[in-house]
Amino acid sequence: MHVPALGLMRLYDTRQIFEMTDMLESIRSSPEDHVSNYPRPAAATPLNPRRRGIIIGASDGIGASLARRLAREGYTLALLARRADKLELLCNEINQTAGESRARAYTHDVAAYENVPPLLRQIVADLGGLDLVVFVAGVNYPPGGMDKYNFENDRRMIEVNLVGAMAWLSPIAEMFQSAKAGQIVAIGSVAGDRGRVGNPGYNTSKAGLATYLEALRNRLTRYGVNVLTVKPGFVQTEMLKAAQGATPFTIPVEKAVEDIWKAMKKRKQVIYTPSIWRWIMLAIQFTPSFIFRRLSF
Amino acid sequence: MPLLLNNFTQLENFGHSLRAPSYRFRLTRIEEICEVFRLAQELGLTVTARGAGRSYNDASLNGGGITLDLSGMNRILEWDPASGVVRCEPGVTLEQLWKCVEPDGWWPPVVSGTMKTTLGGCLAANIHGKNNYQKGPIGEHVLEFSAILPTGESITCTPTINADLFYAMISGLGMLGIFTSITMQMKRIYSGLMSVDAWAVPNLHQHLGDLLEHAPNRDYIVGWLDTIASGKNIGRGQIHAANHLKEGKDSNARETMRLENQSLPTRIFGVFPKSALHYFMSPFTNNLGVWGVNTAKYIASLPKHTFRQSHAAFHFLLDYVPNWELAYGRGGLIQYQSFLPKGTAEEAWREMIGLSQRRSLPSYLGVTKRHRPDKFLLTHGIDGFSLAMDFKVTDRNRSALSKMLKEFDDIVLSAGGRFYFAKNSETSAESARAFLGDETIRKFKELKKRCDPNHVLESDLFRRVFG
Repeated sequence: MHVPALGLMRLYDTRQIFEMTDMLESIRSSPEDHVSNYPRPAAATPLNPRRRGIIIGASDGIGASLARRLAREGYTLALLARRADKLELLCNEINQTAGESRARAYTHDVAAYENVPPLLRQIVADLGGLDLVVFVAGVNYPPGGMDKYNFENDRRMIEVNLVGAMAWLSPIAEMFQSAKAGQIVAIGSVAGDRGRVGNPGYNTSKAGLATYLEALRNRLTRYGVNVLTVKPGFVQTEMLKAAQGATPFTIPVEKAVEDIWKAMKKRKQVIYTPSIWRWIMLAIQFTPSFIFRRLSF
Repeated sequence: MPLLLNNFTQLENFGHSLRAPSYRFRLTRIEEICEVFRLAQELGLTVTARGAGRSYNDASLNGGGITLDLSGMNRILEWDPASGVVRCEPGVTLEQLWKCVEPDGWWPPVVSGTMKTTLGGCLAANIHGKNNYQKGPIGEHVLEFSAILPTGESITCTPTINADLFYAMISGLGMLGIFTSITMQMKRIYSGLMSVDAWAVPNLHQHLGDLLEHAPNRDYIVGWLDTIASGKNIGRGQIHAANHLKEGKDSNARETMRLENQSLPTRIFGVFPKSALHYFMSPFTNNLGVWGVNTAKYIASLPKHTFRQSHAAFHFLLDYVPNWELAYGRGGLIQYQSFLPKGTAEEAWREMIGLSQRRSLPSYLGVTKRHRPDKFLLTHGIDGFSLAMDFKVTDRNRSALSKMLKEFDDIVLSAGGRFYFAKNSETSAESARAFLGDETIRKFKELKKRCDPNHVLESDLFRRVFG
């Protein structure tokens, strides 16, 4: 699902990466939240402890791959996305591999903020608690050139990538703070580290998300809650196929998921995947504005 | 009464081996309980009552649902020193209770090994004491209780009025209704002291033989079992048997019954605070350390002792070292208690203890007691013995321990044994069905349907065993 950073791409060469109109239509006409028929996962016992997680944006890409990985590590999961069919297939696969009910699907549209509180309550009851939330959902609508502006697209990116994340993470942060335990993971992007010519709206949404996560981290660390910001570079997801131009250091989804899982275990704060982006973005962040504003990426 | 996200609380079992976050409501009034029942139904959430949280398993946990913390509903409503009848709210602890009645020459007829438990929890699990073979479980001393059902209905039960609910709600794990007031009969005592005999038993055969032989003449009897000893020493340990002093045997009764003479000391040698002792116990909570401690304890127990001890000191062994359960480290502990008939206990426990030693998963504490059957619906009572075994839980031993306890379940069930819902955390629905029987489960579910048609009351334990 993750649309990558567009870090070094020459964006004025890039066509519209994704035709978003259909997708947006389906966002607007939010269907009734659908829950899969799998039985509620068994309650944890001391000898069979279960960590419980929500993945928002789990139908493919990093979300789906992380769901498989976390299920293997013993998590019971609520998987959320708009596409019910894809979610059901994923749940089937996970539950069959595990030999028990370990994942349940919940059809949900991130931009339908008012649905979040009741759905969250239902999921927490179904899972028997909550230890982890992973926010993966995100959209990217590059304007398609340095001279192109599209407020509607910008707004939608903010609505999904930033406000959608806040709609979920805000109540969950409150619960974790109160419970003095939990882990919050959200997929940002290297694109959020600097405002660039290519995609102001996307940059803003991811920068806003990163700042929001930093603020949550500063609030929650003292309560024993870990907040991990993941900043991927190019990851081979469905959307990358549509990308044109250079996509250096592209990694398979599995590699990104491996990095995320390791960082989760170590309860890290911010990671880049692959890690080389840390150094690239360091250089980019320290590029003085009088140079940066003359560059065309 | 709204559901607030900042009520979301990480609750634990007593052994710190299981965590279940839920929305906690701290209530003190009956009307508030009704409000929470209504709220839960509106939101599609389930509710579990929690008292002191002293169950070793998931009896007071309701992951993702609502937990009613009733520990604040702890008033002793009436106490009559002439008749020994006391009426309490459900959050009253055994500590409050004995401290109220003891100076007047009374003692709770049945107490657990800790005084921190609440009466509501004691009734829900229908606890037993070291006198189970004499006095039965705590439920047999309840004269009357009132409870509120999830439907909002308030009921009163005695052994003759609403008798079916009386015998089901006591032992009913809080799944039929919430106790709101409990009336109990206390037991007369004539001294603040008890006469205690302690002697060593060299093997399991004699251990169980002595429990059986001495129980009829004793008010209380309990055994410590060295779970590390193997071979011909398997099941060795020490038995403590105690009698109340009869009227006139304590010339200084008025003095010995004063509360100051009952309280457990908080310091060792008057200097070292016991609350810090568990830190010094941690280095010994491993196979080698426990072997050393048990062997030393057994050797020390060899000479026969006879002494007088205060009630509190004899009964509340688990309160000697505050927070001792923390010595078990990050993974915490679980307890596995099995109740076996007289005839099959020795062979079954020999097999179980042997198995735990061969697997290098020995129990770190073994306690034996003598029991008898009772009339309560979800009873664990049996004409035989119980053996409680504490196991340390670590990240590395979880799966091996889980496998071993499943084998234990098979051994216990084929020996005609039973389990106790305040203790075992891994009992499966199949194991529960095997010892309770289909008829008992049908009856319980029928009452559940009558009292709680919308499935409001559910705990993690209920879902595990009856779900």
